[in-house]
Amino acid sequence: MNSLRKKLDKLKPHFEEGGRFAKLRSVFEGFESFMFVPDKVTFKGSHIRDHIDLKRTMTVVIIALLPALLFGAYNTGLQHFRSIGTEAGIFQSFWFGFLKILPLIVVSYGVGLGIEFIVAQIRGHEINEGYLVTGLLIPLIMPVDIPLWMLALSVAFAVILGKEIFGGTGMNIFNPALLSRAFLFFSYPAWMTGDKVWTEGLTRGKDVIDGFSGATPLALCAAGETAKLPSFMNMFIGTIPGSAGETSTLAILIGALILIITGIGSWKIIVSVFAGGLGMGLLLNALSANTYMELPFYYHFVMGGFAFGAVFMATDPVTGSQTEKGKWIYGLLIGVFSILFRVVNPAYPEGVMLAILFMNLFAPLIDYFVIQSNIKRRLKRAKIAFNNQVK
Amino acid sequence: MSRQMSVTIKLKKGFNIRIKGSAEKVIDTFPEPVFYGVKPVDFPGLTPKLNVKPGDRVQAGSPLFHDKVHPEIVFTSPVSGTVLSIERGDRRKMLEVVVEKNGNEYITFPKSDPVNLSGEQITQSLLSSGLWPLIRQRPYNIIATPGDTPKSIFISGFDTSPLAPDYNFIMDNSPAQAFQAGINALAKLTGGGINLVLDGSAESSKIFTEAAGVKISFFTGPHPAGNVGVHIHHLDPVNKGEKVWLVNPQDVIAIGRLFLEGIYKPERIVAVTGSEVIRPGYYRMLSGASVTNVLKNNVQPGNLRYISGNVLTGTRIPADGFLGYYDSHITVIPEGDHYEFFGWASPGLRKYSFSRTFLSKLFPSKDYRLDTNLHGGERAFVMTGQYEKVVPMDIYPMQLFKAIIAEDIDAMENLGIYEVAEEDFALCEYICPSKIEIQSLVRKGLDIMKREMN
Repeated sequence: MNSLRKKLDKLKPHFEEGGRFAKLRSVFEGFESFMFVPDKVTFKGSHIRDHIDLKRTMTVVIIALLPALLFGAYNTGLQHFRSIGTEAGIFQSFWFGFLKILPLIVVSYGVGLGIEFIVAQIRGHEINEGYLVTGLLIPLIMPVDIPLWMLALSVAFAVILGKEIFGGTGMNIFNPALLSRAFLFFSYPAWMTGDKVWTEGLTRGKDVIDGFSGATPLALCAAGETAKLPSFMNMFIGTIPGSAGETSTLAILIGALILIITGIGSWKIIVSVFAGGLGMGLLLNALSANTYMELPFYYHFVMGGFAFGAVFMATDPVTGSQTEKGKWIYGLLIGVFSILFRVVNPAYPEGVMLAILFMNLFAPLIDYFVIQSNIKRRLKRAKIAFNNQVK
Repeated sequence: MSRQMSVTIKLKKGFNIRIKGSAEKVIDTFPEPVFYGVKPVDFPGLTPKLNVKPGDRVQAGSPLFHDKVHPEIVFTSPVSGTVLSIERGDRRKMLEVVVEKNGNEYITFPKSDPVNLSGEQITQSLLSSGLWPLIRQRPYNIIATPGDTPKSIFISGFDTSPLAPDYNFIMDNSPAQAFQAGINALAKLTGGGINLVLDGSAESSKIFTEAAGVKISFFTGPHPAGNVGVHIHHLDPVNKGEKVWLVNPQDVIAIGRLFLEGIYKPERIVAVTGSEVIRPGYYRMLSGASVTNVLKNNVQPGNLRYISGNVLTGTRIPADGFLGYYDSHITVIPEGDHYEFFGWASPGLRKYSFSRTFLSKLFPSKDYRLDTNLHGGERAFVMTGQYEKVVPMDIYPMQLFKAIIAEDIDAMENLGIYEVAEEDFALCEYICPSKIEIQSLVRKGLDIMKREMN
């Protein structure tokens, strides 16, 4: 540790202004501050500062994602072995899935952080930690068989056009992870929809046993085949086809608990997304115009990306509503639209992604109205004071 | 006035930082300081013009410099002696005027009961003696403009900031008569009366509760419940075009002393605190006194940060620096210029945080030895809903900060910039995970508004 520190101190001058590797200053700083919290002290303002920083904040989100990631690895293997009709143990399934997901994670971080490093160097900023979370979210919401070049392309699109052109982390309007998914969804729909993409190896069709469809619960519902749905419990645990992170509502709820206890994720948003989904689900149940609408409302919580979106996507503080009152409205509408798009729009079996992106767009408007009410209170108070003075 | 008759406002938002080194309730003595410094930088927005040059002989109450815009506002020497030096910084900015004390000569000002004086006469006395700058105004958190009539004057009788002096203790050891005389003088300067705000969770000093001619209110809650800006916001908020003045309790005594004794003697009981102070306690000092003697053989060895004021809003001073014009508080904490291996990833059993992301939340210590490390690098705003937790006012902090960054005058006005000062957002700065320098940002906003509106 001390010898490492000494080595870094020795290397540091090369990366500073005028040094041999000055062009890599941001990269060096990024790695250095990753290994060592810097020795910088307060200069202006408050002399003491809280121990929390963005690295800590993002670390908490990553820890919260781990249950979903680990289960996702296991389930990827499980679905694969089911499709070829082989029995496999938990560890074997996990290891198989882990090796399938790992390249996605590597490509996602490699491309995303690479772009972040370059942009930070151009701007002369320190590297922002925002992508640490985005980079893990992306593999968890993609089909596991997605070609790596497509993934790389979608990451580059999301980071450059979705984030950096707006000014980088903290300035973006849309959630970058969802943007990368939306990019592929519209550019390469064959790889993002259908029954085959959600199970490893199914698109190649090798060794697949007869009768294995790979259809996700949402696809079954969209086809009106609600009778074929897995049991509620299976969907809650997550042993169903789907993208790696989304299938296990249980694992996601553990993550939600971590986010809520640490206060890093807004419980208001999580609760209100579920509340919105519940309301819409009940309304559709009441209408009951087709078999999909008749599906018990609580099934929606365990199918598709609803829970994952509510816990990890809607709670993104940058693209969500930034006022506390606004968060309730924002979450509620995400819940409502998710279920509405799902059930009523036959073109897209899943509505969560579009609902959140749509509400990302409207979050500033929600905040605008919330803040206007504060401004109006202040103006009213000034008016009363003025009138009293005149009297 | 009895407590039953007054308002008690209970605040929930805020945070008490558990930092080591609070002052023991004893007034200790120490060798009298020799050097005194009056610092133009203590007054935001002031352009100082010198009245003296090094070598000049001054008495307590002699003007050292004055305000270029309002030449009637003078800043006087707290002691008699010789002007030693004029310290300057970048671009010859005047940092401090240092006086070496010798003798005990006071300029004498006319003595009289303020009850018999007009507001104008009182203003004149305060101006000529150098006590006027003790009166500050909202908006902008600057020295009050002579001749203005504020809608009310606020005296905050308690301080909730980290390791803050206990004003009930201080007042118990202060002259009641001078406090009352000070209030009587201030009462002549406002149309709206004087608000004295006390700590609703402690036994108040009799000098506070028995003061005549004030409206007493009580506040309870975590820091910043003692901030005068918070009191004003809840009791008599500043609307556009309005002005409210504020004075510290010990400065009310200094004002009273002028009328009773006819001298400028800005004496305070000062809390000397912090984890690195060996005998944290209270000491009688004059405004501007050198801290050398009070800290001699009284601090731990090591690389230390000396602060005039508290750890959130105070001013960094050298080890032989001077007590600030408005300060009744000195804090000494360790510097934090050290690296920490994977510091952000550690479980954090001993890492103190407002957030719930460290294990220290589960196993809290009584108090912590906090240093000046930034604990991270500066980033853009990312997290939301954090600042709101420590601002007990109907104000949207982050939106206000963004309006200041954008220099959007209308938005700043709409979002309540007239009601706030830097110190009201000091806790936001402390808890900020993006390490944004919020207090200097707010100061910038106040300066912009002041320039636009005048």
